[in-house]
Amino acid sequence: MSRQSLKTLFPASDITYWIILGLLLGVVLPLTLDIFRLNLVGKYLTYAFVAVGLVLCWGYGGILSLGQGVFFGLGGYCMAMFLKLESSDPESTKIQSTPGIPDFMDWNQLTELPWFWEPFYSFPFTLIAIIAVPTIFAYIIAVAMFKRRVGGVYFAIITQAIASILTILIIGQQGYTGGVNGITDLRTLMGWDIRSDSAKYILYYVNFFFLMSCLLVAQFVRKSKLGRLLVAMRGREDRVRFSGYDVSSFKIFVFCLGAAFSAVGGAMFTLQVGFMSPSFVGIVPSIEMVIFCAVGGRLSIFGAVYGTLLVNWAKTTFSESFPELWLFAMGALFIGVVMAFPSGLAGVYKKYVEPWLISVAGHARNFLSKPGNAIPSVGPLSKQEGVSP
Amino acid sequence: MSTKDFVLAVEGLTVSFDGFKAVNDLSFYVDEGEIRVIIGPNGAGKTTVLDLICGKTKATSGSIKFRGKELTKMTEHAIVHSGVGRKFQNPSIYEDLTVFENLEISFPRGRSVAGALFFRRDAEVVQAVEEVAETIFLQDQLHTTAGLLSHGQKQWLEIGMLLIQKPDLLMLDEPVAGMSVAERKRTAELLNCITKGRSVIVIEHDMQFVEDIAHRVTVMHQGKTLSEGSMERVKSDPKVVEVYLGH
Repeated sequence: MSRQSLKTLFPASDITYWIILGLLLGVVLPLTLDIFRLNLVGKYLTYAFVAVGLVLCWGYGGILSLGQGVFFGLGGYCMAMFLKLESSDPESTKIQSTPGIPDFMDWNQLTELPWFWEPFYSFPFTLIAIIAVPTIFAYIIAVAMFKRRVGGVYFAIITQAIASILTILIIGQQGYTGGVNGITDLRTLMGWDIRSDSAKYILYYVNFFFLMSCLLVAQFVRKSKLGRLLVAMRGREDRVRFSGYDVSSFKIFVFCLGAAFSAVGGAMFTLQVGFMSPSFVGIVPSIEMVIFCAVGGRLSIFGAVYGTLLVNWAKTTFSESFPELWLFAMGALFIGVVMAFPSGLAGVYKKYVEPWLISVAGHARNFLSKPGNAIPSVGPLSKQEGVSP
Repeated sequence: MSTKDFVLAVEGLTVSFDGFKAVNDLSFYVDEGEIRVIIGPNGAGKTTVLDLICGKTKATSGSIKFRGKELTKMTEHAIVHSGVGRKFQNPSIYEDLTVFENLEISFPRGRSVAGALFFRRDAEVVQAVEEVAETIFLQDQLHTTAGLLSHGQKQWLEIGMLLIQKPDLLMLDEPVAGMSVAERKRTAELLNCITKGRSVIVIEHDMQFVEDIAHRVTVMHQGKTLSEGSMERVKSDPKVVEVYLGH
């Protein structure tokens, strides 16, 4: 990559944001939090993948999806299926009437592994499926909707319906999916115990690495002409169409990209939390993810990460003390942010904090440059020497 | 006469919305390098004709041939790729982007998803954008957010966005509506300058402006051609005077 294109990808003003986020997630939090809390942050960060995807889809492209949980869930379930098969070897399931199949299948009188579970014995297949299954599903939805020019509220409602349908399907097909409990009791990844503290540290960093990678991809898209086209489409779809672009193909692309991000988040969720269940697929989690994005600022990929962390931290703190009030508080938060701060935390930062920081930095420089305040330097001294021989 | 000799040949064009024929068996032909102005009372179907040509509305029957290619079956972006550009009635620009970015998006390169992702702002693009910006009097506003431009400047910007596409057929829907007298004059100059080497269809109500620019005029009424010819001839046509110019 040439210097010039690197410069457009990382303008000087953005470099600080990258460094601060990298230091916070990669150094400060791991050093200051115990492993239980760090694992919790790791879990929150898996939602940030979805929020970053939503910044591109919703903030830039104007495509509001209320069903991102679907892709998060599909990615998570793909990972969970592999882990479940590994922990269901004939040795550890010998008390079942059919040993060697996942426990919930046995409880549901299944006597052999369903055909679509078979490929998940393979780790490479699982890795591909984690991305491919949700992305292909997103592609089908997007083609069906965007080629017919379904958009706006209608699209949001349809994604919500899909989230609801998938939840019902998963819960209904208990023998194949683990039902409402989900796929639980996941222990090892290729023989490596994922429940140990050291594994949790490593998984946190793997998650961190993937999140930063997704942010890089998002940044690349945002700074490319495609990013500007998304903004253009958001306001004037017809103008873009009559400038010679096939608008639907751009919407399909960004929706699939958002789905792929969510899927990575889902898989990392399964690894760090140790289970996957329909409660991360349905309407409520999907809307929560939109709130993370809105609170962070829907035009800022960094804002999305901070928004996710903040809302989840608040959720954990509040719901420990006032469990029944939390949902109301979150609803109020969403309405408050949309009404008062439409560009979220990132907007507040840009409007108030950054100018203040700049003026503080300016004052500091003035203060230092005034004679008397400045750190004594060699310059004036040698001048004086020159004047008085 | 073969339709190949015309840039645009519209024949028997009809579109019906729930039985109401907005355009009814309309035929007209546009020559190479011609400026054709379509006038007519409100609801005559002028804008619908442009919608049909650029693919925004699908024709119920009839044909639209652009350089011998049938447009009625093509998608909007394919019609643009074949060389038809269209300006909308209200200035339709990207308000959140700068003038430069508005023009850059309209530059005919990198129109696929991959093309847009890996599009590079090279010297060719910058030069094309600067040239067009100068033509449309916006060379000093290149890095202004387009939403902050005046109404007239927005109209010019949209014309510029079409220019950079280098279309063979340019369609302008009320390009001077809402402009000041000074802006109108400049726009007329602008149109005279940019119409060289291409055919243009203009919808306009401002009669002075029409007289200034039109080679030929088509008068539409209730979805049909009422009269066609030079401005002089159309003005003296008693049917036109009755339904349109009389009041």
